[in-house]
Amino acid sequence: MIKLEHVSKSYSAGIPALNDVNLEIKDGEFVFVVGDSGSGKSTLIKLLLKELEPTEGTIMIDGKILGRIKHKQLPKFRRNIGVVFQDFRLLKDRNVYDNVAFAQKVVGESNSHIKKKVPLMLSMVGLAAKYRSYPKQLSGGEQQRVAIARALVNEPNILLADEPTGNLDNNNAWEIMKLLEEINSRGTTVIVVTHNLEIVKVMKKRVITIKKGTIVSDSKQGDFDDEN
Amino acid sequence: MRINTFFYSIKQGIKNIFRNKMFSLASIATMAACIFMFGLFYVIIMNFNATVQSIEEGVSVTVFFDNDISSEEIAEIGKKIAKRAEVRKNEYVSAEQAWEEYKKVYFKGREELAEGFTENPLAHSAHYQVYLNDVSMQKSLVKYIEALPGVREVKQSAQVANTMTDFNRLLGYVSGGMILILLCVAVFLISNTVTVGISVRREEIAIMKLIGATDYLVRAPFVVEGMIIGLVGAAIPLTVLYFMYQRIIVYIADKFNFIGSMITFVPVYAVFETLIPISIILGVGIGFLGSQITIRKHLKV
Repeated sequence: MIKLEHVSKSYSAGIPALNDVNLEIKDGEFVFVVGDSGSGKSTLIKLLLKELEPTEGTIMIDGKILGRIKHKQLPKFRRNIGVVFQDFRLLKDRNVYDNVAFAQKVVGESNSHIKKKVPLMLSMVGLAAKYRSYPKQLSGGEQQRVAIARALVNEPNILLADEPTGNLDNNNAWEIMKLLEEINSRGTTVIVVTHNLEIVKVMKKRVITIKKGTIVSDSKQGDFDDEN
Repeated sequence: MRINTFFYSIKQGIKNIFRNKMFSLASIATMAACIFMFGLFYVIIMNFNATVQSIEEGVSVTVFFDNDISSEEIAEIGKKIAKRAEVRKNEYVSAEQAWEEYKKVYFKGREELAEGFTENPLAHSAHYQVYLNDVSMQKSLVKYIEALPGVREVKQSAQVANTMTDFNRLLGYVSGGMILILLCVAVFLISNTVTVGISVRREEIAIMKLIGATDYLVRAPFVVEGMIIGLVGAAIPLTVLYFMYQRIIVYIADKFNFIGSMITFVPVYAVFETLIPISIILGVGIGFLGSQITIRKHLKV
């Protein structure tokens, strides 16, 4: 479970990026976080990854208070959170297989485990046949699938997706959303930060709206369209 | 540390070197120049030391006795001298032996002239020839012997050896200073190479951190990179020096007999059995240091 209690974040003197945010996301939920540019969505993602520390308040993930996690314990903590970005952030000099295997190597998995696990993940995202391709040989949607496979290969409980469809056309965006929904159906908590309100409306999931660092609405599944 | 992680670090470290070929080459070249200079000075100093040592071995103190002294008293003085820590060897030379030695040196080929002496002209020249462990200890020993009862005179001759020891020390300081400057340059260049490596891999490092890589895994490839540069930078000059040294010894012995007879050459194995480990430790150590400094500065994980 993810729990934020009175969380604020200020980068410098002025308007805070997040202001007194209270939030609870249960295990296995699918949540959209929407809001304008600069509303504080990305700050929220960074706080959940412990890339940033809140100025005030407490963040708790799976029973652990993030403020109490020591620097040495950070890698282990992050292995429980998969993350996907708008710009995919794939390693351009490595092929699809190596990009996904990289995540396993980083956590010290054995070669035999990697050889079994990576093809499974690539099958799941529908890229088993393209394991030898390099990122530049793939479409945007395919690149995002590789990024999702990489984020999930270490079996995290939570998947954070920061504008995962931002660089994709409509068809590819929907493909990615279906994939995220499928991942969620297997028990992974999925948090998607997005601008794409059309997708948000159609998917009928819980939607948290942030404006100027404050949560202005937290609509239950299917209610979003009515409130906006 | 898992074996996979270890090999990953080595592999990435080697890849880093090839990714920034020019910087890596510049670092290896500087490191090679440093270790070459170090090796060259080391070889010179070692040979100079051996030469000084062989000269020092010949340096001795001559102890003469009072004329009315008994043989028991002479033996007592001998025992006291032999007990001193500075003394390597103590030889008694009787008046007869001294005269025989004198005749050999100064009447060579004209022995009949020496026969004119009916009595030993060196009757009061019985003495101890005292050889020292270290010429620098001569002063204290001479002071001690001069204070012994029954000792008439102590003669010392260590001017050449002392001068050479001083010169050797000066050479050591100068070469030490030059090597230190070169080593600082090497640390700086390796640090630059690693900085470029970090900036090239910045995106990869960010991904690694988000995926949950430990600090060790992020940093290790850069340390390996620095250490490999140091190792290669040490191996090249060592090989060059090894073959150069052998050839120079043969060349000097062959073409410059006079110089060859003055210098006591240290055998190749004796030089390199210490030079190889020192140079490798130095090279790898500088590589390690250079990369560590950079990592701490630019890679806050």
